[in-house]
Amino acid sequence: MVPISYHLILSGILFTIGVTGVLLRRNIIIIFMAIELMLNAVNLSFVALARHFGNMDGQIIVFFVMSVAAAEVAVGLAIILLVFRGRETVNADELNLMRW
Amino acid sequence: MDITLPAVNWLSVLPTLLLSATGMLALFWDIWIKDDERSLLGWLSLTGIVVTALCSWLLWGHNDVESFSGMFALDAYALFFNLVFCLVAGLTVLMSLSYLETAEIRHGEYYALILFATVGMTVMAAATDLILIFLGLETMSIAVYVLAGIWRQHLTSHEAALKYFLLGAFASGFLLYGIALIYGATGSVQLGPIAEHVGTQGSSPLLLIGMGLLIVGFGFKVAAVPFHVWTPDVYQGSPTTVTAFMAVGVKAAAFAAFARIFLHTLGAVHADWQGILWVVAALTMTVGNITALVQHNIKRMLAYSSIAHAGYLLVAMVAGKDLGGAALLYYLVAYGLMNLGAFGVMVAVGRRGEPHEELDDYAGLGFRYPALGMAMTVFMLSLTGVPPLVGFTGKFYIFSAAVQAGYIWLAVIGVLNSVVSAYYYIRVVVNMYMREGEAIVELPSLRSALGVAILIAAIGTVLMGVFPSASMSLAGASFLSLG
Repeated sequence: MVPISYHLILSGILFTIGVTGVLLRRNIIIIFMAIELMLNAVNLSFVALARHFGNMDGQIIVFFVMSVAAAEVAVGLAIILLVFRGRETVNADELNLMRW
Repeated sequence: MDITLPAVNWLSVLPTLLLSATGMLALFWDIWIKDDERSLLGWLSLTGIVVTALCSWLLWGHNDVESFSGMFALDAYALFFNLVFCLVAGLTVLMSLSYLETAEIRHGEYYALILFATVGMTVMAAATDLILIFLGLETMSIAVYVLAGIWRQHLTSHEAALKYFLLGAFASGFLLYGIALIYGATGSVQLGPIAEHVGTQGSSPLLLIGMGLLIVGFGFKVAAVPFHVWTPDVYQGSPTTVTAFMAVGVKAAAFAAFARIFLHTLGAVHADWQGILWVVAALTMTVGNITALVQHNIKRMLAYSSIAHAGYLLVAMVAGKDLGGAALLYYLVAYGLMNLGAFGVMVAVGRRGEPHEELDDYAGLGFRYPALGMAMTVFMLSLTGVPPLVGFTGKFYIFSAAVQAGYIWLAVIGVLNSVVSAYYYIRVVVNMYMREGEAIVELPSLRSALGVAILIAAIGTVLMGVFPSASMSLAGASFLSLG
């Protein structure tokens, strides 16, 4: 059996890639994908830990996280579409109507 | 493998169910209601909110605390927050009745979304399971993302929704990772077993990282520095009533879960997180207040002010113990009343197509509309912390809790910040009374419902300040119910 630490480290690396993506990329769709990557990295942790502890909590949580992520995608893509219709851009740097 | 179904205690989810039933009713009724009768949806929502508040009040002390296998606890703490959320949602709906006409926002989804967001808040306050807290947070957040962008004619509203959504989802990622690591460190996601584990085993590196990530996640939601960058843009771009709802409701809900987890469940290892929160609180107060000094848009100024107030609330969290907890709950109500009032005045001053959000638009307002000017003065002075208004009493409780817990420097920083904040709050009052006004000739949007909302907020601000003991003992009792 693969030790639990391997899973946790992999999940940590995936999460970090997600965070880096959010911070560095400027295309809103890519930023959004990076956020989804973060959530899925966490799912990996939950599943691995559930197996490690031998209880079902972690596995059930993943279902909830997936459904929440799906709801977030529905609303998120609608908002991105709304912005694109108004501004014809998906570049985060160009969305600067409000500045001090 | 045997699956035992948990005992269902309907009574403990009754307030939440009432709110969501009202929300669904509003959504369905919107399908066949006539266009000119749509404001009835607002009254329907208001009825639902009032019934929920009454129900929460009646359940006080009459309910089995634990239900759903220890995932949900409608204790006095949760009931107190239910009352706060009902107050916030109720005042928001009252303000929206005329605002939606002025701003030309569709009624139907709006009220349903407000109600669904409130459902999420009540879940966050009562949940005793990290996953349920996460679900409540998402129910609330997703509804509020949509509300931020509901002003479809305005590009700024789109931008606000997008920024709130991206950063909110980013923050949920951190929160969820924190939950996963705490699960890894303690083997449970329920607050009871976690508290037990932490009490006997102390902290571990995994738990420390988990707590740090939770602080990041909640820090985003309550707009604490350095996770506050979204706040000014989102508050400025959203419709004013939604901004009021976000500034007060979302922050109160986030603090409800934040305080339950950190002050209660992780109370045994408070030495590990108090230091970080100390720094965050000091930074939040200072950055919020100093940036607010240079703002000319009142909505944006109130956004920075709400960051600063998150800092004061964090001081109460750092102080901890019974006194800090009670002060936190009291100040959340205080902050809610005065902030909702201030946004209510902003709604009244705005007109169709002209939001009138700049400081110059308020010139001479005090002479033209004495009642409105008086109300705004009360709210501004209360936000500054002038006695005998509620802002003063709240800050007094928070800072004395901090001093008693030995955080004298934090209290000193807080008091200095209050002094700084006087500059930008009083500047609004000065503008209203000491400058000649030219901009506003009439106030078409000041209708009776909005007036009632402002009046309730103003009366609450004054009465809770003059007679603080009743509400303070209520706050204390609810915090003690955490055990």
